[in-house]
Amino acid sequence: MSEDFVSADIHHEHVSHKAMEKAHSGLNTKVIWKVFWILLGITIFEVAISFTPLSKDLLLYIFIGLTIFKAYYIVFYFMHMKFEETALKFSILLPFVLIVYLIFIAIYEGIALGLINY
Amino acid sequence: MATASTANFETKPWGGGYSPFNVRWGKLYMWIFLLSDAFTFSSLLIAYGSLRHRWTEIWPTPGEVFTHFPFIHGHVPLAYVGLMTFILIMSSVTMVLAVDAGHSFKRKSVQVWLGLTIVGGLMFLGSQAWEWYHFITGSDEGSFVLADGRFARTDHLEPGKLFIHYYDPAQGKRVTDVVEGSAAEALKASSTHHVQGANLIENEYGPTPLFGNFFFFITGFHGFHVFSGVVINFIVFVLVTKGALDRKKDYELVEKVGLYWHFVDLVWVFVFTFFYLV
Repeated sequence: MSEDFVSADIHHEHVSHKAMEKAHSGLNTKVIWKVFWILLGITIFEVAISFTPLSKDLLLYIFIGLTIFKAYYIVFYFMHMKFEETALKFSILLPFVLIVYLIFIAIYEGIALGLINY
Repeated sequence: MATASTANFETKPWGGGYSPFNVRWGKLYMWIFLLSDAFTFSSLLIAYGSLRHRWTEIWPTPGEVFTHFPFIHGHVPLAYVGLMTFILIMSSVTMVLAVDAGHSFKRKSVQVWLGLTIVGGLMFLGSQAWEWYHFITGSDEGSFVLADGRFARTDHLEPGKLFIHYYDPAQGKRVTDVVEGSAAEALKASSTHHVQGANLIENEYGPTPLFGNFFFFITGFHGFHVFSGVVINFIVFVLVTKGALDRKKDYELVEKVGLYWHFVDLVWVFVFTFFYLV
């Protein structure tokens, strides 16, 4: 009885061989350096356009878009998320819906308090 | 009996044969920790955004605050944080290369890449120390709170001038008056308060202490994460060098510490955008 329990536990610890191979494919040095150049290019582009006379609002949306783009490359390639199981992807990424919600309420609260006071 | 049924289990991830997440618990727990840490950093940055919108009329423009660059006397806004971002992204690349080498059990290779990651982390910490020093000591002359309550900054490139930033309700926007010569001297003489550099109570970059507080808290909290990362990387480096991971035939430790290190890089990408760029 107790032996069964132990062996089941060990089994959970060891991931399947087939899936292990799948998890390790897809990321090689060529891809790693490609992602590096993408991240560097975006950062230089961001600093460059911050000096152009584009409107502040437009710049803000460009920066947010590019930041999410950079975050995607770091999480999905460097942190290997692209090659993980769907269950893990959703468990980690779905809670960020709450962060989007918090951004919405907190920023609007800040704007409203500013309007009351001025 | 157990072996016989394994093949059947493995065809279905939720069948109980192996973890549906298909990672070992150490890595899964690292992900869950990083999720909670992401919530902490998100809360800090959202609090920053919220209060910045509350005080939007008097909030300093980051491009006018972070203008220092080593050995350059002029104004080079954002170049230094751009360099810090480059250093951290670079150290993330060396870390992912260390993880990659670990997959094929190349101990020497792991040592080189992990060592370079530690060097990158230390370079970033040094850069941050330099930036904190300049933020705390401030400009040559500091700022003045004028007798009418308005806030006047100075500029070491244009000595003798005062730049008065204030919100004009008539125009409904933020304006800057430039005063120079004897008028500027008179304003300085009649000013009620002189602010030099930054601390938790006041800063010369604007009339609100919140800007300095957020700077110290957010970049400090991130910097402490980098410091912890360097220490953990160093411990793993020692274990790799001693051959402990070769004996275990398992380099997953490098992968786990790699996840943490990439997360620190990821947070900096957001701090860079929301604290320095916008």
